[in-house]
Amino acid sequence: MANNSSCNRRDFLESSIRLTLALAVGGVGGLAISKAATDDWVWQIDPFACTQCGRCADECVLSPSAVKCVHAFDLCGYCDLCGGYFIPGANALNTGAENMLCPTSAIQRKYIEDPYFEYVIDEGLCIGCAKCVKGCSAFGNGSLHLQIKQDLCVNCNECAIARLCPSDAIKRAPASDPYLIKGGFMEN
Amino acid sequence: MSKWKKTGSAFFLSVLEGISFAQQRFPKPEFETGYVQPSPETPAPRALFLEYLDVGVLFLVLLLASWLIYRKRSRRGILWLSVFSLAYFGFYREGCICAVGSVQNVALSLFRPEYAISLTALAFFLIPLVFTLFHGRTFCAAACPLGAIQDLLVAKPVALAPWVRKPLGLIPHLYLGLAVLFAATGTEFIICRYDPFVGFFRLDARFVMVILGIGFLVLGLFVARPYCRFLCPYGVLLSWMSRFSKRSLSITPAECIDCKLCAKSCPFDAIEKPTNRQAADVKESNAKRFLVYGLLLPVFVAGGCFLGGRAHVFLSKAHPDVRLAELLISQPEVRNDPDNIDVQAFLASGKTMETLIAGALVVRQEFYYGSLILGAFMGLVAGLMLLNQLAFREHTDYEPNKADCFSCGRCMDYCPVGKEVGKTREVGKNPGGWKNPGGLGKPGRCGKPPGFDEYLI
Repeated sequence: MANNSSCNRRDFLESSIRLTLALAVGGVGGLAISKAATDDWVWQIDPFACTQCGRCADECVLSPSAVKCVHAFDLCGYCDLCGGYFIPGANALNTGAENMLCPTSAIQRKYIEDPYFEYVIDEGLCIGCAKCVKGCSAFGNGSLHLQIKQDLCVNCNECAIARLCPSDAIKRAPASDPYLIKGGFMEN
Repeated sequence: MSKWKKTGSAFFLSVLEGISFAQQRFPKPEFETGYVQPSPETPAPRALFLEYLDVGVLFLVLLLASWLIYRKRSRRGILWLSVFSLAYFGFYREGCICAVGSVQNVALSLFRPEYAISLTALAFFLIPLVFTLFHGRTFCAAACPLGAIQDLLVAKPVALAPWVRKPLGLIPHLYLGLAVLFAATGTEFIICRYDPFVGFFRLDARFVMVILGIGFLVLGLFVARPYCRFLCPYGVLLSWMSRFSKRSLSITPAECIDCKLCAKSCPFDAIEKPTNRQAADVKESNAKRFLVYGLLLPVFVAGGCFLGGRAHVFLSKAHPDVRLAELLISQPEVRNDPDNIDVQAFLASGKTMETLIAGALVVRQEFYYGSLILGAFMGLVAGLMLLNQLAFREHTDYEPNKADCFSCGRCMDYCPVGKEVGKTREVGKNPGGWKNPGGLGKPGRCGKPPGFDEYLI
């Protein structure tokens, strides 16, 4: 028996440490699980907090950024003179490149009826620079706004843009409710 | 601009009647041509069941890895499994979600009431730890895409002397401590930000990170798995688990014949040679040193606390609120700098300087306590590392170091025992048992050499 005692002692020590570690892992896991969310998190831009600083275009780990301009048609005034489409003091209100605010000409302007024009974002061209958003918010209804496109976003553990967003507009949101599309003013 | 104002004011006046349309400067027109308004596209994120599928894949990979290591003893199997993990968790899932980064989600969840960890992130944190506690670091060998990409590029590994390896082993502890500190204070996720390999998985990264990633891979040609061994913060937790794991990889399926083949096969210097019985005088001086180091332990912890306390102001600068408050106090003229986006956004937000400073002070206070704990932790780790140098455990065979072994299985592949021509391999008789199979030849753990007891903990 004496011969076995050291062996047993070592085994006992080892298994008790193992048990302690298991309890520690269980404890941490239990604490975390007590408030765990069954839903997953995605990153979401609050368009009302956004200050259109332009970092969304630069800081995303993807190039071009997963942040795109979204058009809430409900809010749009369908103006001829669109603050999101034309540079301030544009020479003429037409589709000439020199008049456009968008650096990648991602906004398509389409005549609907006098004097209204529809503005549609070409997502493939949009880089999320928020220049149009700034123009639309400053001079128009603010119907153009930024959103993270969830089919493009790789859902980094910490969003590289959120880390640098000066207005804390990018936050985690439940994956079941990933968008914060502006709208609803007409109903109010 | 005059045209602007005209249109603008005309519309504005018409809207003034309805005050509730505060933002609606230009009301939506009523179309007469039957125009149908499109609705904004909102593509859904990745389905939740696919996230749970990732957890399932991780679980299966770990099960399969244990089976390959302990039953099949197959290096080739582990290799292919790691290729699969690299493809799935690396290139398909683009590096997110991963167990290494999940440490920060857990820390954030424990310390920040506003964040609740998702079940998938928690599962990615817990499952590898539990597996490691029972089966050793099979996660590192087979399931981790960061490990896999490095393991596949081990070309001419150089053996590192213990005096190089052991002090470098402090870095992962510091990295883990800093990552938890930064996550717990809601500052940032440094593990994810400085992940050198995620750029390869996404085929897109910052120039600096690409250089860093390539640097690690090139270094990895000669110093095998440099990130895993000298940086990985999750590896610290795994090594704690695997040090006391129930089973661990055994190099030989039966009896070690001391051929030394395995020692050369391990690129990670994780195989320990058989110990020579220490002479009595060495033993005595060791006991003295043990006592001295033991007494030094509180000194190390106190020193760590002191350094942590000194470092907290510096560390807290990583938090954006602290940085902004300091900038505005030290250089008030930046208020007039239109190019400073952070300052301009703060000024436009209407928050007062007092709330910013109060918030920054709270963060700094959190950093103070956090840095004290981090310092104490580092002191403890350094002290225990010194003590561990003296811990002497007699073993007569070539054995993997339980804490350092990644369970890659290279040594099993090299072990000639049971592979002689004409003999059947006795696989599975002693699956994974790290002691000698009962009754075979040499004294195992229980066959006490004289003076053995004194060396036990």
